[in-house]
Amino acid sequence: MTSTVKQLSGICAALIWVATGGAALAAHGVPDDPFPSSYRPAPAAPFAIVGATVLTGTGAEIAGATVLVADGKVEAVGRALAVPQAYRQIDGRGKWVTPGIIDAHSHLGVYPSPATPSHEDGNEATSPNTAEVWAEHSVWPQDPKFRLARASGVTSLMVLPGSANLFGGRSVTLKNVPSVTTQGMKFPGAPYGLKVACGENPKRVYGSKGRSPATRMGNVAGYRRAWIDAADYVRRWDRWVAGGKAGDPPKRDLQLETLAGVLRGEILVQNHCYRADEMAVMLDVAREFGFKIRAFHHANEAFKIAPLLAKAGVCVATWASSWGAKMESLDGIEENAPIVAAAGGCAIIHSDDGLLIQRLNQEAGIAMAAANHAGLKVSRGEAIKWITANPAKAMGIADQVGTLEPGKMADLILWSADPFSVYALAERVWVDGVIQWDRTDSRYQAPSDFLLGQPGQEFAR
Amino acid sequence: MIRALLITLALAFAAPAAAETVAITGGRVITMGPAGEFENGTVVITDGRIVAVGANVTPPDGANIIDAAGKIVTPGLVATGTALGLVEVRTVEATDDRATGARGISAAFDAAYGLNPDSLLIPVARLGGITRAIATPAYKDRDGRELLFAGQAAAVVLDGRPMLMQRGVAMVLDMGDAGAERAGGSRGSELVALRAIFAEVRDFKARRAAYDRGETRDYLLSRADMEALIPVVDGRMPLLVTVDRAADIRDALALAREKGLKLILESASEGWRVADEIAAAGVPVILTPVSNSPASFETLGATLANASRLAAAGVVIAIKGNGNHREREMRYNAGNAVANGLSWNAALAAITINPARIFGLADRIGSIEPGKEGDVVIWESDPLDTLTRPAAIFIRGRVQPMSSRATELRDRYLPALLQSAPGEKP
Repeated sequence: MTSTVKQLSGICAALIWVATGGAALAAHGVPDDPFPSSYRPAPAAPFAIVGATVLTGTGAEIAGATVLVADGKVEAVGRALAVPQAYRQIDGRGKWVTPGIIDAHSHLGVYPSPATPSHEDGNEATSPNTAEVWAEHSVWPQDPKFRLARASGVTSLMVLPGSANLFGGRSVTLKNVPSVTTQGMKFPGAPYGLKVACGENPKRVYGSKGRSPATRMGNVAGYRRAWIDAADYVRRWDRWVAGGKAGDPPKRDLQLETLAGVLRGEILVQNHCYRADEMAVMLDVAREFGFKIRAFHHANEAFKIAPLLAKAGVCVATWASSWGAKMESLDGIEENAPIVAAAGGCAIIHSDDGLLIQRLNQEAGIAMAAANHAGLKVSRGEAIKWITANPAKAMGIADQVGTLEPGKMADLILWSADPFSVYALAERVWVDGVIQWDRTDSRYQAPSDFLLGQPGQEFAR
Repeated sequence: MIRALLITLALAFAAPAAAETVAITGGRVITMGPAGEFENGTVVITDGRIVAVGANVTPPDGANIIDAAGKIVTPGLVATGTALGLVEVRTVEATDDRATGARGISAAFDAAYGLNPDSLLIPVARLGGITRAIATPAYKDRDGRELLFAGQAAAVVLDGRPMLMQRGVAMVLDMGDAGAERAGGSRGSELVALRAIFAEVRDFKARRAAYDRGETRDYLLSRADMEALIPVVDGRMPLLVTVDRAADIRDALALAREKGLKLILESASEGWRVADEIAAAGVPVILTPVSNSPASFETLGATLANASRLAAAGVVIAIKGNGNHREREMRYNAGNAVANGLSWNAALAAITINPARIFGLADRIGSIEPGKEGDVVIWESDPLDTLTRPAAIFIRGRVQPMSSRATELRDRYLPALLQSAPGEKP
């Protein structure tokens, strides 16, 4: 009975998709996009920021540059560009411009403020494998922290399930725009991620319930068992497709569907993993089952195996300052991200926190200063990639955001000062060329519905 | 006699092995004392104590000259609300002495015992320019043990030597959500319980002998807890109250006024909404300026401007770091307060002289003044900025190693990488 209902609802979803014209059934019979983005940027007049120092996200720092934006896209960045008549000019002299900040690891919306059991929806900690859950179904768009992050220049973010489970579920990539619905924030076309967790958390959560995994070897057995099932699921669907889709399709399984998406290269593995030795094991697991790990998250010990990670093409999303809360994070160092970068790898500074997400630029500054002190030569142009181009890469959206190259979405920040400095304030933030935050204009500071009528809201945060 | 001997011993212990004089020359010296700043100043430290500071100070013969030209010289930073000396790894219980689960030990819990000067956290914090800290008890609520007081905080010194500077600098108490929870689930019950406890402590103080003979009624707290609270009800030991909601702050102020307590407010997310009342009560506030999220219903009014608005109202503020392993970020928190309206000097005061004053330590630390202990930091540039690091750190006149376990890990792995990596080389 239950299976029939599941099957029917799957078919219904597919039918609705076909009917609305937006959907296609992928070759393996899964609707591509059952919860499509409804985000459509408002039309915006073209503008030019003139005279600022621009960090393009491609490595360049251009002083006295002009940034041209039209149709929600970056049109050009350079010195002495002519500004067309119709473009509104913004004086950028003495200021800085960077791409919008992208946080590759956030729990905004799934662990919203205020923290209350009613809203703590980030960990489906009921089974070590909950690959079937999707973070977007937990996001509370009213989380006031979205606005705080916006005020700090965060224009895109990946919201992940927590790390209680070996397989926590799907992540969702959002544009940081005000919206009543989560679909209204979804980054159009961004690939899904799968949250995988190493180490202490899953074994603690399930070991304390007398269940597997209770150890790290239990963790690894849990991953492998799941990937064996996923490979089998892929084969069943492939056989059905190869057979001309004759007869009934295999029954859809939400959990295996997500894992199969990884094996097919459509869903990106986002792997919470602190220790060097565990990351090395995860690379072997990935090789055994023929998938790629897109990024290790937290990864305090990445500096110990930076060349290995660079060679494997795995990004490292980490902090400069956070260390020591657990044994697996004891070896955290400020230079972790810069060492990954120096080895030729893809280094990311992430937040995993509703306060730090407001200061990713400063966190990158701390890492940059520490690296330069240690003798690595890290320019601002390189360091800004840690919070722009590289998270975009880890999230599979680097073709659209993360740099100020022509044709990219016009997600950018006008800073009051050197963006790595503690004194830098995001004066204005654009998403797709539309102002979404202005430090001096309350029209662009609207608090979320939740905060209306609450005490202490008479000033911007 | 014994007291004099103890003082002599303490001085002998604090001083370097041999008489030593350090002269820090040529830097921009920001004293945080009445002398203000010297664009090209000299600081002289002899036998662990500052003996001279000024523009026209000549280093004594034989002094170890430290050239600080082009750099900024400040007092060592003083971190409040820390776990320094009390914890190594939070999930390893044996290394976590921040809190007690013992029944019957609440106010009596004393962070001054069990301090670990070899803690790995200390060099990390010190590389953030922190030379002194307030080791502050936390709560361990388990097995139904819900006691009102966390215990007594201690002032500590972070040079790796025995670290107790002064015990009993404050009695730690949660009010608001957490305090209400421990008192049975409502604010009203905590406020009643506290009033009853303070009345009983006064009663106990007056009739201690009778208590020991078993001639008094039963008290709510243990004997040890009541002993610990006597200095609090006498107004000698400040009550350090963590509280956020504006209404809860008013309740704390009223309690202190009514019971004659000396109060310090901690966190005070909505402090800016009652800043005038806090200022009028002469109560200082310890806060984390970057805590601006409405993380709970008691912090709905949290804002980055809290520090600047409190200071503007005349409240003495101290700025905290980010707790436990992340105290080194304290100076950035001060910088963020500046970015949000606090004056630069007020921000530096909030991590030096103000915390020293708040905890009754300003005769010894917190500024570069003759007679004070020789805690001085030389900074490459602006100490409040992410882009600046300390160049040298002195505690009790001794130069400190510029290393930590983290830098040792870095130095183990970085050289090999630089030889083999395709990336940019220095």
